[in-house]
Amino acid sequence: MMTASATRFVNVGERTNVTGSAAFKKMIMAGDYTRAVEVARQQVENGAQVVDVNMDEGLLDAHHAMTTFLKLIAAEPDIARVPIMIDSSKWSVIEAGLKCVSGKPIVNSISMKEGEEQFLHHARLCRNYGAAVVVMAFDEVGQADTQARKVEICERAYKLLTGIGFPPEDIIFDPNVFAVATGIEEHNNYAVDFIAACREIKARCPHVHISGGLSNLSFSFRGNEPVRRAMHSVFLYHAIPAGMDMAIVNAGQLDVYDAIDPELRTACEDVILNRDPEAGERLVALAERFRGTDAVAEKAAQEWRGWDVVKRLEHALVKGIDAHVVDDTEEARAEIAARGGRPIEVIEGPLMQGMNVVGDLFGSGKMFLPQVVKSARVMKKAVAHLLPYIEAEKAAGGAEQRGKGRMVIATVKGDVHDIGKNIVGVVLQCNGFEVIDLGVMVPWSRILETAREQDADMIGLSGLITPSLDEMVTVAEEMQRAGMTMPLMIGGATTSKVHTALRIAPAYKGPVVHVLDASRAVGVATALVSDTQAEGFVAGVAADYQAVRDAREGKGANALLPLEEARKRGFAADMALKAPPAKRPGVHVYDAWDLADLVEYIDWTPFFRAWELAGNYPAILDDAVVGESARSLYADARAMLDRIVAERWLTARGVAGLWPCHRHDDDVWVNDRHSVDTRSPDGGSVPEGMHTPDLDRRNEHSTRLPFLRQQIAKREGRANMCLADFVDPAGDWIGGFAVGIHGIDAHLARYKSDHDDYNDILLKALADRLAEAFAERLHAHVRTELWGYAPDEQLTGEALIREQYRGIRPAPGYPACPEHSLKRTLFDLLEAEKNVGLELTESYAMLPTAAVSGFYFGHAQAEYFGVARIGEDQVADYAQRLGVDVRQATRLLRPNLD
Amino acid sequence: MTPRDTFLAEAAKRILITDGAFGTEIQNWKLSEADYAGALTLGHDQKGNNDILALTKPEVPESIHRAYFTAGADIAETNTFSANRISQADYGAEGLVREINVESARLARRLADEFQAKDGRPRFVAGAIGPTNKTLSLSPDVNDPGYREIDFDYLKDVYREQIDALVEGGADFVLIETVFDTLNAKAGVMAAIEAGEALGRDLPIMLSMTLTDLSGRNLSGHTVEAFWHAIRHARPLTIGLNCSFGAEQLRPHVRTLSGICDTLIMVYPNAGLPNELGAYDEAPATTAGLVAEWAEAGQVNVLGGCCGSTPAHIAAIAERVRGVAPRAIPAPPVQTRLAGLEPFTMAA
Repeated sequence: MMTASATRFVNVGERTNVTGSAAFKKMIMAGDYTRAVEVARQQVENGAQVVDVNMDEGLLDAHHAMTTFLKLIAAEPDIARVPIMIDSSKWSVIEAGLKCVSGKPIVNSISMKEGEEQFLHHARLCRNYGAAVVVMAFDEVGQADTQARKVEICERAYKLLTGIGFPPEDIIFDPNVFAVATGIEEHNNYAVDFIAACREIKARCPHVHISGGLSNLSFSFRGNEPVRRAMHSVFLYHAIPAGMDMAIVNAGQLDVYDAIDPELRTACEDVILNRDPEAGERLVALAERFRGTDAVAEKAAQEWRGWDVVKRLEHALVKGIDAHVVDDTEEARAEIAARGGRPIEVIEGPLMQGMNVVGDLFGSGKMFLPQVVKSARVMKKAVAHLLPYIEAEKAAGGAEQRGKGRMVIATVKGDVHDIGKNIVGVVLQCNGFEVIDLGVMVPWSRILETAREQDADMIGLSGLITPSLDEMVTVAEEMQRAGMTMPLMIGGATTSKVHTALRIAPAYKGPVVHVLDASRAVGVATALVSDTQAEGFVAGVAADYQAVRDAREGKGANALLPLEEARKRGFAADMALKAPPAKRPGVHVYDAWDLADLVEYIDWTPFFRAWELAGNYPAILDDAVVGESARSLYADARAMLDRIVAERWLTARGVAGLWPCHRHDDDVWVNDRHSVDTRSPDGGSVPEGMHTPDLDRRNEHSTRLPFLRQQIAKREGRANMCLADFVDPAGDWIGGFAVGIHGIDAHLARYKSDHDDYNDILLKALADRLAEAFAERLHAHVRTELWGYAPDEQLTGEALIREQYRGIRPAPGYPACPEHSLKRTLFDLLEAEKNVGLELTESYAMLPTAAVSGFYFGHAQAEYFGVARIGEDQVADYAQRLGVDVRQATRLLRPNLD
Repeated sequence: MTPRDTFLAEAAKRILITDGAFGTEIQNWKLSEADYAGALTLGHDQKGNNDILALTKPEVPESIHRAYFTAGADIAETNTFSANRISQADYGAEGLVREINVESARLARRLADEFQAKDGRPRFVAGAIGPTNKTLSLSPDVNDPGYREIDFDYLKDVYREQIDALVEGGADFVLIETVFDTLNAKAGVMAAIEAGEALGRDLPIMLSMTLTDLSGRNLSGHTVEAFWHAIRHARPLTIGLNCSFGAEQLRPHVRTLSGICDTLIMVYPNAGLPNELGAYDEAPATTAGLVAEWAEAGQVNVLGGCCGSTPAHIAAIAERVRGVAPRAIPAPPVQTRLAGLEPFTMAA
């Protein structure tokens, strides 16, 4: 749509506009550019073809906000790929913006408001900066309201602009969309004037485009979304054929013209086309009936049960409704059997037809992951119903059928994370692939064996923790050794194109493809099994990876400092700001933290991300594009959460320890006395319990925690950080914790037997959230009670999520202490196996899967950072400190090496 | 006739030839620090400051220009790739920017006129403007993606200083080359437009992008088509690609540009990819054979060489494409062509 053919109607994303979005304005006013950038990303992901950026707010330094934001989104390739619309009523802000945007943007807007000279001056500058312009129908007299004025001003502007050589195709007129149905008679013809003007401007001014902001039109119906949406759709329905070809609009807030309630549609049409003087009043009267209701949907909900069975199955699949699917499937099977057909025809016919619709909607971004997973649930239930019939037929000598392709997928040895893998499996099945899921912690031998025995077309590997990257290389090497040639797909949170290109692809001669997320898995898998596309696709990927390797080789990575130099440039923490000694030292165990208490601490944003819904909670619930999907998912999640709490499905077990320590170089030496052990007797939310001092072992242990230091050469004044920098060599305190959510398996088994992937994934995702919430809650308890350095802390959930408290809790395996084996040491300090039943796999993944562990640093200046790339000298040094040989250390540190 | 008209008239008749690498040719002279510094006392080691040779050892660039004209070049690119305030500051020579550019352009002009006088064939001088080693689009600090080392106006001024001096020395065109950052190029375009306005005459711009990955993007992430959209307002005399990889790897991107740009296409690739030692060893006949494929496919108007190419390469190319018809400039439909990192076209 973008390059091959030209776009006929352009949606300009309007949510990064402080005058149009209260949420965005709040972010910018608060200086929260990180979230603001996410808004832009979301818009592009949701299909905005141009992103409008507007910072015109009286209390804001618009110049600064515009340039800051534009530079930040320039650094995000998935945003910067589309053109920017620099939107301001101040020329100085526009020009500042033009100096930050490469590509060819659109300026919105210039006009003849201040006379011809100024207008042409701005136009020349826009041309010389390489920008197209929106020209407002505004002259020295004022804004054009009638058809004649709109045409007159636009034509005059056109002649002036083409007269100075301004390319006519770079002119976009905005002939002013004004509000109708305001009760004021003179306003009644505004929409008609606009539409008629479009036609005339297009005829008189060759090559120009016409744009407008739609929200003005329905201004009288603020708060009545169904009516506003209907008005916008009806307006575009008439304005687009007249020549309007761009609109600043929330694309998700448009209805399909044909799908609008006919009564409402006619009323809107009467107003917009100004068919009679009472049209406005009629719409106002009618509007009340539509306020806040979704009458159309309700009617449709009843209706579909009356359709024929094929349509019903399709509808059930697309909407993810499983209530009637077994009955409908049986009806379809009986019908087909009655005319001598086979049970498989139900799958090949109506069910696959329905899934194709789902696949198309998902592929074109009109449907989102949670809905697709629900559709898959419907499909699985239908198939489960048919299976006995198919088996019976097979036993009687029928032929086996094979889907689009067969794929073996697995989470590699040492890793236990599978939400992403399961989602990929579901999505592929929805698209006609046969998926053999080997589960988690699967050794390479089983993967290869299964692939061979089942005659698979490809293998998919998943993993979440960094040691899994090495394991994936091993699988690739073994595939090579076994002489296999089938494609290998790589996915999971820590995997990347770069790692795949640099480490995995060279190990295996067959095709190796990194898949960024579930939504891309289908495209990749389809290309790989295609007779016509496979070769080109594989060659393209291989060339791409070769380029990655060349780039790595050609360009030196950031220079590294020698370790000694990096240590000298360490962060000099002000030790006057260190935390006081712990109020309640030792190890504290909680056998069953109150789940209801944890619910309040859940950070929902990552939950939505797990389902590939982009956006931050709670704004995502009102999002124009994914909002509906997000609301439905959220309602399901809250309902399940209520049952988890009420019926005690899960148990939250945790341990926290606080110990005196001191720092030496990059090590923290912990005086681990195992001296105090408190156990919460009833597991309630009151975590205090009895103390059982174990004084015998005092001073027996001194445990070394080796931390890693950043070595990348930095600008003057920026420290090369190491977690040890936050600890006082003269004596200090450090903490550790491990929490896990137990008891999930029985419930998962129930969903599995019910062919219910949706609830299976939902429960896992919720357990993950509860573990994170527990870590957050326990940290707060440590700050206010156990360590007690912030006894008066009062923070809201939002402030907690944004980590607006003192102290940090970095986890082994994450950027500040990326080496996973430190988890073993931490678990020993906490006696985590014995105390809370947490275990570590050989790759240091935690079991149960929903678990979090880490260290507590209480220094007021402590902050998160990423160690990033380190040098050979630090590897050798670390090996010696850890007490392993250099080869072992190299293996452990591989993700931080070149 | 203005230089633009003359150039267009010549380009309508045949495929024009621009010159090849200077850096690798200068290396052959094995110059010492003292050779570079000459009589200058700048307090910095000048070794490697190739552009300053115009002041300290002008016989070096002169002989290289002469060799390329003799090999058949129609265009001399001034030896001024790094002759801007930012790059010269590394040598403490930022105070000499004007002189280096004026002298380099004069030198190229003198030789161009000399060769033109000999055979009557027009020769042109393109004032070469490098990208500098700073970027307007990217942050040098991974922790602070919004940070920029320089801003648009500063870079525009840096370019303006160089452009004015090149024009003073007699350059016909401004060649903004090796564009790794599209916004840098846009600042260069703005400087050239303003310089032209100050002169009160047309100052033709040539633009040449360099690719950093095989998918066809430069360092700032623009595809070749997005780049064309972003700089089309410069009404460039030529647009094209240089440096990047060898001709082999540039093929698909030359084809893309050729199909969409309603102006002349100029391509001057490296002599293949460097070997393990960083040296280029693609034989002149090989390079000539590769670029001739584009010529024969009607995809180019101007050919030459970049890193690793020698007068022998240029002679081989000139020889190989003699008599091959130049690319006809297409007339694409009038459409609104916008761009982010990727192109975006609206229907007419």
